[in-house]
Amino acid sequence: MSDQQTAVQEPRGLPRLGMPAPQFEAPTTHGTIRLEDFKGSWLILFSHPADFTPVCTTEFMAFAAIRDQLRELECELMGLSIDSVYAHIAWVRNIEEKMGVKIDFPVIADLNKDVATLYGMVSPGESRTETSRCVFVIDPQQIVRAMIYYPLTTGRNMDEILRLIRALRTTDANGVATPANWQPGDKVIVPPPQTQEAAEERMAAKGVECTDWYFCKKAL
Amino acid sequence: MACINADGTLTSTARRVLATLEQPRTVEGIRDVTGQPLFHIRLSLREMEAAGLVTGADGSYTITQAGREKL
Repeated sequence: MSDQQTAVQEPRGLPRLGMPAPQFEAPTTHGTIRLEDFKGSWLILFSHPADFTPVCTTEFMAFAAIRDQLRELECELMGLSIDSVYAHIAWVRNIEEKMGVKIDFPVIADLNKDVATLYGMVSPGESRTETSRCVFVIDPQQIVRAMIYYPLTTGRNMDEILRLIRALRTTDANGVATPANWQPGDKVIVPPPQTQEAAEERMAAKGVECTDWYFCKKAL
Repeated sequence: MACINADGTLTSTARRVLATLEQPRTVEGIRDVTGQPLFHIRLSLREMEAAGLVTGADGSYTITQAGREKL
């Protein structure tokens, strides 16, 4: 195999898990923001199809409702759609006036689709003029840690977004993985041994509950 | 600008950040004093530095005379 064939291919066009988040500078409802401004914090960068639409309005109110919980997790929020900053301002003011919910996180005005293109937020099969309901979880080192894509018709689940952030933080803090439907307080997955010797030692290890050498859990 | 109003006055966020800078502080140090999120502080500092209200060196920021006059 040649060096060319074995070289790691850099991703083109779209973010990939475990890779640095594509940097940008963009106008927002809080002024011109650079992605690097969020270094040191977790960030949920999410897109919505359009301002003044019903599902998006429910989502904005739902994101606002988990804002304090996210802050406790040192996680910031930033929205995006292909609308102007004036439309965003009018919409968040309308949400506060009509729904009684203050939207205090920045929203990118991506009229020229620069950020949407960089992050692959437009799904032409759904719409060429609107961003899908995308979520990018970016860690304090600005690495893309998770991506979620929902269609235009379906509002996102805030409990799952909170669970995802908590799971990622638990993984980073403890060097463990989290099983299906994990919730804080549940047992976590101990990474499987990588050698035969380690597998034998794992079965005899204390403090872990092993169903088999590769399937071990422990309480934190 | 997000930090400076059309009439030349500072926004409340900018004022809070600027008021901490009589002594040099890092972004994290400003966060510890103001409770503002890091991205807001970086955004404010960038704009206030461009306006000559703060000066930054080696990761620390200090208010300038022009900044004091704005407070």
